[in-house]
Amino acid sequence: MEANRILNIIMSGSVGPVVILVSIIIMVWYAGAVYLNSSFLIDRYEKNNIDWSLSELATDSWSMERPVLPSPHQVAKELKKTIWDKKITSKHSLVFHSGVTLSSAMLGFAMGTFLGILLSVGIVYVPALDRTLMPWIIASQTIPILAIAPMIVVVLGSMGIVGLFPKATISTYLCFFPVVVGMVKGLRSPNIILVDLMHSYSASKAQVFWKLRIPASIPFLFASLKIAIALSIVGAIVAELPAGAQGGLGARLLSGSYYGQTNLIWAALITASVISATLVSVIGRMERSINKRMGLQT
Amino acid sequence: MSEPTSSKSSKSTSIDINNLCLTFETQTEPVHALSDINLQINSGDFVSLIGPSGCGKTTLLRVIADLEKPTSGTITVEGKSPHEARLDRSYGYVFQTPALLPWRNIESNIHLPLEMSGYSKHEQKKLSQQYLSLVSLIGFEKKYPWQLSGGMQQRVSIARALSFNPDMLLMDEPFGALDEITRDRLNEELLHLWEKTQKTVVFVTHSIPEAVFLSSKIVVMSARPGKIINVIETNFSKDRTFDIRETPEFLEVSQLVREGLKEGHNDGS
Ligand SMILES: Nc1ncnc2c1ncn2[C@@H]1O[C@H](COP(=O)(O)OP(=O)(O)OP(=O)(O)O)[C@@H](O)[C@H]1O
Ligand SMILES: [Mg+2]
Repeated sequence: MEANRILNIIMSGSVGPVVILVSIIIMVWYAGAVYLNSSFLIDRYEKNNIDWSLSELATDSWSMERPVLPSPHQVAKELKKTIWDKKITSKHSLVFHSGVTLSSAMLGFAMGTFLGILLSVGIVYVPALDRTLMPWIIASQTIPILAIAPMIVVVLGSMGIVGLFPKATISTYLCFFPVVVGMVKGLRSPNIILVDLMHSYSASKAQVFWKLRIPASIPFLFASLKIAIALSIVGAIVAELPAGAQGGLGARLLSGSYYGQTNLIWAALITASVISATLVSVIGRMERSINKRMGLQT
Repeated sequence: MSEPTSSKSSKSTSIDINNLCLTFETQTEPVHALSDINLQINSGDFVSLIGPSGCGKTTLLRVIADLEKPTSGTITVEGKSPHEARLDRSYGYVFQTPALLPWRNIESNIHLPLEMSGYSKHEQKKLSQQYLSLVSLIGFEKKYPWQLSGGMQQRVSIARALSFNPDMLLMDEPFGALDEITRDRLNEELLHLWEKTQKTVVFVTHSIPEAVFLSSKIVVMSARPGKIINVIETNFSKDRTFDIRETPEFLEVSQLVREGLKEGHNDGS
């Protein structure tokens, strides 16, 4: 009875299930660390004729200096070291590198959203653009971003454009696509009867646009923005991978893999995903508050 | 041509339709929605369109409203082409479904046409109050469409069509979703309003008593192809009440309409 009630309390909130899920992930992670690091350790044990037990193997595999898969507490230590202990201005601070990535991601996101909305309006209002533009837009997304990112950065660099902007264009490249697709659908979403209603008032094109199409597209826009903002982080990191990037989470990933510092790689990866998740939830919050102001259900 | 604000003598022609046909080209086969329609509607007339489902009532209303283009034939509205009449905001249209903007509350839904006609905020507020009270929806100003029943939403759309005081009202089964009592009340209100304002009303309905009670002219239509079977003029006093529903003339007219409808049905099958 009592146990049941406690279980109910734990599972009813949103915290309970999350805690349970996270604990499961951490457990699997620890097990995975043992599994992936074991072959190297067992080799070493056997070379040096050391007797070993499973518990020794576990403790050793969780405290290697360059593990194949670092254990959660090692990554946590690395995160604490690079986020709390280092000064923000330090080249070893993850906060510093996150800032670099975030600023180019946000610039790219803003440009991508703007470009996406602009293109979608063109596609919806100009039939010729609808036919000609859309295939190119889709084709653009079939090119692997990893292949063109260095080119864009190098080409823009040779034109004297360096710094934030070339990196941001990679994010833009990824961001604009979901925005175009969502907004085209959104701008076309008003029921035909509502369009007729506007016509019956002899509404101008601008009035139909601002009073009908734009409000109707808002839910579609937010769905797209959630995808776009996560992509903007991916784009920024990819843009930092080409050699020469001075900072950013991408540069950290790269130097981590150069020197086999898996702790560092994982710390950067986790930071990146926490940033993405936070940004997506910020968009979600904005969406809810705007929905509320527009009186929409849910 | 006539200037837009010419004085309206009560017998000038408001809508003039001659040999009008409309065929929808569909993927399978053409649909002859309207065939050889001839109809003259005087300004100040209350005209009901009645006929079986699919006979083209909505289509005819949409042609008058310039939301649909006829395939052949001519039509003038207030002496102009339907297109010009639409640009002049000559009519208020009540659609078969409420057609409210879901992100606007009730009040601001009614403000929509007023905003576009350039009324001041103050006038918008005053007019929305006036017409919301006409359809008994005071107190619902700040509610959103999804918070209202279907019938209440339809009343909002009626208030919205009236709010900017157009010369003509085009109403597509506006009271179809309402209960009998509300329907009766709104019938009386509409009659009142019509009598007071001398608006031209074109009104689609499936209800014979409603058509007979409200109309000065009843247009009976038949389906496939949609055409006019009979036009019945009525002569009830303008300040009639529901009491006339018991009178022999009322029943006689009802009988005429019913016979027209039956004839249309037989034709169709
Ligand atoms: N856009 C369209 N494309 C093709 N066919 C259409 C279109 N609109 C209407 N029709 C056809 O035209 C005919 C008349 O339709 P309409 O909507 O005018 O009927 P209605 O008299 O209003 O019927 P109801 O009483 O059910 O509302 C129907 O057969 C319908 O299928
Ligand atoms: Mg209809």
